[in-house]
Amino acid sequence: MLELDHLTKRYGDRLALDDVSFTVGDGRLTGFVGGNGAGKTTTMRIALGVLSSDGGSVRLDGQPITAADRRRFGYMPEERGLYPKMKVLEQTVYLARLHGWTPAAARRNAIDLLERLGLGERLNDAVESLSLGNQQRAQIAAALVHRPEVLVLDEPFSGLDPMAVDTVQAVLADEAAKGAPVLFSSHQLDVVERLCDDLVIIAGGRIRAAGSRDALREQHGSNRWELLTAGDAGWVRDVPGVTVVSFDGGWALFETETDASRQAVLAEAVRRGEVVSFTREQTTLAQIFREVVQ
Amino acid sequence: MSTLNQPTERTRATSDWREPGFGHGAGLVAGREVSTRLRSKAFLITTGLLMLSVLVTVILSSVLGGTASGPTKVAVVGAASSVVTEPSGLESVPADDLAAAEQLLRDGEVDAIVAPTESVADAGFTAAAPGSAGAASAGLDVTVIGLDQAPGSIASALAIQPPTAIIDPAPADPLLAYFVAFGFGIVFFFAAITFGSTIAASVVEEKQTRIVEILLSTVSARQLLTGKVLGNSILAFGQIIAIAALAIVGLAVTGQRILLGGLGPSVLWFVAFFIVGFVMLAALFAATAATVSRSEDVGGVTTPVTMLVMIPYFLIIFFNDNPTVLTIMSYVPFSAPVGMPVRVFLEQAEWWEPILSLVILAATAALAVLVGERVYRNSLLRTGARVPFMQALRG
Repeated sequence: MLELDHLTKRYGDRLALDDVSFTVGDGRLTGFVGGNGAGKTTTMRIALGVLSSDGGSVRLDGQPITAADRRRFGYMPEERGLYPKMKVLEQTVYLARLHGWTPAAARRNAIDLLERLGLGERLNDAVESLSLGNQQRAQIAAALVHRPEVLVLDEPFSGLDPMAVDTVQAVLADEAAKGAPVLFSSHQLDVVERLCDDLVIIAGGRIRAAGSRDALREQHGSNRWELLTAGDAGWVRDVPGVTVVSFDGGWALFETETDASRQAVLAEAVRRGEVVSFTREQTTLAQIFREVVQ
Repeated sequence: MSTLNQPTERTRATSDWREPGFGHGAGLVAGREVSTRLRSKAFLITTGLLMLSVLVTVILSSVLGGTASGPTKVAVVGAASSVVTEPSGLESVPADDLAAAEQLLRDGEVDAIVAPTESVADAGFTAAAPGSAGAASAGLDVTVIGLDQAPGSIASALAIQPPTAIIDPAPADPLLAYFVAFGFGIVFFFAAITFGSTIAASVVEEKQTRIVEILLSTVSARQLLTGKVLGNSILAFGQIIAIAALAIVGLAVTGQRILLGGLGPSVLWFVAFFIVGFVMLAALFAATAATVSRSEDVGGVTTPVTMLVMIPYFLIIFFNDNPTVLTIMSYVPFSAPVGMPVRVFLEQAEWWEPILSLVILAATAALAVLVGERVYRNSLLRTGARVPFMQALRG
């Protein structure tokens, strides 16, 4: 488990991180969401130790993190970068060796991984000669080639084509399934929503919400309900305490302030005939995000 | 990894993996610097051109040296005229006595004096090659006298092998001294600028391509800097050794005298100063380059460091005959790698002087590395506008 505990960071007069605390559980895909300049990259850099914090600590499994621990992190910085003129395989092997793998094992790891990422044909091509999508795949290889046990990925999906998004999703899910804590940031709220188990929302250097995706949805649940019936649903308007937001034939979206009026709608629908569905409107991550950052 | 199933104990017990130490990381970084440069066309072409120019210089000096115009004039005193014969390629200018001959030599009318050894012994000239007087067994016993250096080529042109003598012994040929200063200067200047800017370019490349962030999650800024300095030092020494070897082989093949006899100690000092001085400059180049984010800005930001190399270089070239300037320059860390070896060559330096100067240089280099590392570490992740130096120093 990766724990970030009361981190603060200043850049001159600006407080970039203000008492940031959250945890990334083993085997949990944790989405890290926030606007530009909210403090995501700073937080991740501090977790990785490439940046020092002005206060607070980072712990792994309850112990203060060491440089040796950090070498077992897989890191993908927001600003992508590989040596443009170096060959894909050579570069990947180099990074694995820097992490301590023997030349033979580094080569084995690198070839395995690059083939899995669909770069098997491009091993000896210079990175700069690859298409943008393939460069992104090479970047993923660079983050994973040393078999990291903790993943910290800054915007792993930005700039990816849909196929590469699928590949990265699969890789992340794979690593989490193996028990690694995985922290990833993203602007693409739909991807985060689909993928993550846990969610951390940051704005202005402060954590605004953190917890499991489902718990957050529950917490920020809407008071809007959807009813779909076989007949016409126009009668819903007449139920006391109910405001119809939208209406179309047998479908109605309505807001209620009390459980009693919601139950009254359902009872009336059942009395009138077939109920196809009666559900709470799904709160999207985008809605939760807007709500908590305001 | 099976260990992933036991998240409380994240250790890798495998023969394929070892906890990497400082040397491991620095060594890998150095290796990458070397192999990248050796595969770079620009580097290979530059080295090729450099070696070609050395070869051309050697060959030209051989060709031009072989077509020296006219016979060499020598003043002959008394009976010595009988040993200076036509086939020797020498033209004799008769002189009444040794004093008249000496005047001719000092005026530059002649290149040397050939005189009976007995008269030379009385005049008290410095013998250039003591003990060779006995060689002149056949015919007359003569000595060949030069102004400030032993007239070896004239002595060997004579039918017999006379001993030689000098009027004003100079510690070294001034022309040779100039070439030694120039040689040390150009080697240091060239290597510092070439490999200094290589380090600068490589620092900015890593910063510009952002790979530095991935590297820093594995190795420390100090390892990265050490590896870079190490790798480029290896390249610099390799290139210099290759050029020196080419020059020596070229001179030997074209049959030219290799004037390395008196150079030995100064070359050894030069190597010692070069190594320490290069590390100092490399750290400064790396640190200044780290404050910018685009390769276009490297030239501007490293200019002060380039100046620190260039100005002392020109001072040494122009003032190598001025002992005061040379003495000062031999203690200033940026010019000491050239200045002190030149003074050692000129035999102007006491035995302890190069040691003291090297200590000063080493202390400055250590300071440069400390400051350089700090600036480097604090600037690496700050992209965009140039990081102000003082800010980078404070962190």
